[in-house]
Amino acid sequence: MGTYVPPRFAYRPAAESRGHTGQRRPVAIVGAGPVGLSAAIDLALHGVPSLVLDDNDTVSAGSRAICWAQRTLEIFDRLGVADRMMAKGVTWQRGRVHRRDAEIYSFDLLPEGGHRMPAFINLQQYYVEEYLVERALQFPELIELRWKNKVVGVAPRQLGAELTVDTPDGAYTIEADWVIAADGANSSVRRMLGLPFRGQDFDERFLIADVRMDAAFPNERLFWFEPAFHAGQSALLHKQPDNVYRLDFQLGPDADPALERQPDRVMPRVRAVVGESTPFELEWCSVYAFRCARLEHFVHGRVVFAGDSAHVVSPFGARGGNGGIQDVDNLCWKLARVVGGRASEALIGSYDEERGRAADENILNSARTTNFMTPKTRTERLFRDSVLDLAPHAGFGRALVNAGRLSRPCLLSGLRLQTEDADSGWAGPVPGAPAPDAPVTDADGQPSWLLNHLGGAFALLCFVSDEAELADCAALKASAVSVVAIASRALSRAAPDVLIDHAGIAHARYGAEPGTVYLIRPDQHVAARFRRFDPDAIEHALLRASGADQSIRSAA
Amino acid sequence: MTSRLDVSDGFLGRGDDVYEALIRAHEGLTDDESAALNARLVLILANQVRDPGAVIEAIRLARETGPPSEKA
Ligand SMILES: Cc1cc2nc3c(=O)[nH]c(=O)nc-3n(C[C@H](O)[C@H](O)[C@H](O)COP(=O)(O)OP(=O)(O)OC[C@H]3O[C@@H](n4cnc5c(N)ncnc54)[C@H](O)[C@@H]3O)c2cc1C
Repeated sequence: MGTYVPPRFAYRPAAESRGHTGQRRPVAIVGAGPVGLSAAIDLALHGVPSLVLDDNDTVSAGSRAICWAQRTLEIFDRLGVADRMMAKGVTWQRGRVHRRDAEIYSFDLLPEGGHRMPAFINLQQYYVEEYLVERALQFPELIELRWKNKVVGVAPRQLGAELTVDTPDGAYTIEADWVIAADGANSSVRRMLGLPFRGQDFDERFLIADVRMDAAFPNERLFWFEPAFHAGQSALLHKQPDNVYRLDFQLGPDADPALERQPDRVMPRVRAVVGESTPFELEWCSVYAFRCARLEHFVHGRVVFAGDSAHVVSPFGARGGNGGIQDVDNLCWKLARVVGGRASEALIGSYDEERGRAADENILNSARTTNFMTPKTRTERLFRDSVLDLAPHAGFGRALVNAGRLSRPCLLSGLRLQTEDADSGWAGPVPGAPAPDAPVTDADGQPSWLLNHLGGAFALLCFVSDEAELADCAALKASAVSVVAIASRALSRAAPDVLIDHAGIAHARYGAEPGTVYLIRPDQHVAARFRRFDPDAIEHALLRASGADQSIRSAA
Repeated sequence: MTSRLDVSDGFLGRGDDVYEALIRAHEGLTDDESAALNARLVLILANQVRDPGAVIEAIRLARETGPPSEKA
């Protein structure tokens, strides 16, 4: 079944498997899923070479992750793959929640304009991986992809790890200073290191089916509690490219997975949703029981876990793949600084701290949704049904309906890299929040997007209103950051690199006044912000955020 | 009656926390114990509202939004 023809990536015997001693690698990445591939690209953009080992030679079987959230798309944009994804994906921002046959309410995930990226696109995971592989191949000097290379052993060393790799031509070993374990939910690296993966198992079974059909469903997320077509349970529908629709059916805890994935069981369920008159074909289906679990720590010596190997969630809320890409965004600039000798290893500890918080948030939200969908006691069901009874009549009831809390970036406020505000009462993103996008005009007078000028390196985003402020801001360039100046209107004298906030959206979103400075991390998160140019305070915040202030912290 | 029942979302972004706390409060209770817990909770919240008129309106809303068999 299926219309998508997965690419096959060529396996080549590794020099090491023919008896050569492999050269030691700065970074080895286990797994070429969305997370491992994104990590290789992000590291390459920082100039760090990596070796990617994958046990397979193709992309994800089945569509799996389909919903990619705004923050993830902003990261993919920084990695240079978002345009293709946007061109292929189905853009959406509205969700509708039904009970029985009536809509209880709908929500808009991005009511305001002025962002380059939409709230969500739906795009099959196999396309995402295919595009990431093609992007990775644009860095032949920096990224080596080895297919059908299965990691079967990991031996931690004091300053790195030795991997044993199995290939069609036999096994070899290779050493790396750092290992990123991006080998998915059943991570063998995790197992080989004997690390417990604790969490909550849900008994409920879900049927997930992708069907191809010419149907007139809108570009929206449609959710049903107790629909007439699937009595007593819940169902979810998403539109994907190529006329493919994702259907999720709750089956109850007693469903037999082997039986329920049989086409003669699946087809009538689909038929009940799409109606008698719409022809459809089954592309892919599977029956799942979900789990929310995480490693207690994501960093174990020189082995760093990212994506599903570090944490898994139930899929309601699309927090799995999105969370994994956000791990990469957080990790790679730090790893690049450490590998490049510009920061101490302690900086990697902040990855554990920051993404640990994000994993907890993702697990909490997706577990709550799953619980809401699958009440386990009579009382729990009474509360759930009462919320649904009240929802059409009361806004507070709609607020409690939990049909999915969709992936949002985690706020990293109060964690060790961020500097607290000195001034209070400030609208705009707090330290630890992702920097919001805004439409701007670039130095050549072309329409552009603010986020395309941030990220990759530390940046000072300086809101200036005259040449004097511009000069102050240029002086800050001395420290190892890029300076991005933005003004409400063009400055009179030649001010080559100033972005113009013609619509005032950036000033509004950042609560900016003339002289406002934001210190933006390489992952486009706010590290600190200042009401006026204060070179000492800025320098201090930069040292802290970049992991270069060991002396300051140990002295404090 | 002068009071007006406010049914807009007043959870300040913490609705899911409150819902989870409610569900957890019932863990391990029998149905009768749960019903009694709910009754106590209703009385506590009815007092906390400080607006008897709104409480009476709330009672009416609860009565009217139940499944058909329970409706007055
Ligand atoms: C039905 C379903 C729907 C989902 N929907 C969404 C969604 O809409 N949005 C979302 O964000 N997420 C969603 N997810 C979650 C998403 O698919 C995962 O979070 C995502 O695939 C994780 O990426 P990863 O790179 O960490 O792991 P994986 O994609 O699992 O990749 C791991 C890679 O490692 C390789 N590997 C494994 N072991 C070894 C080894 N020993 N040696 C070498 N290579 C190895 C594997 O072959 C694989 O290529 C969904 C998941 C499912 C199952």
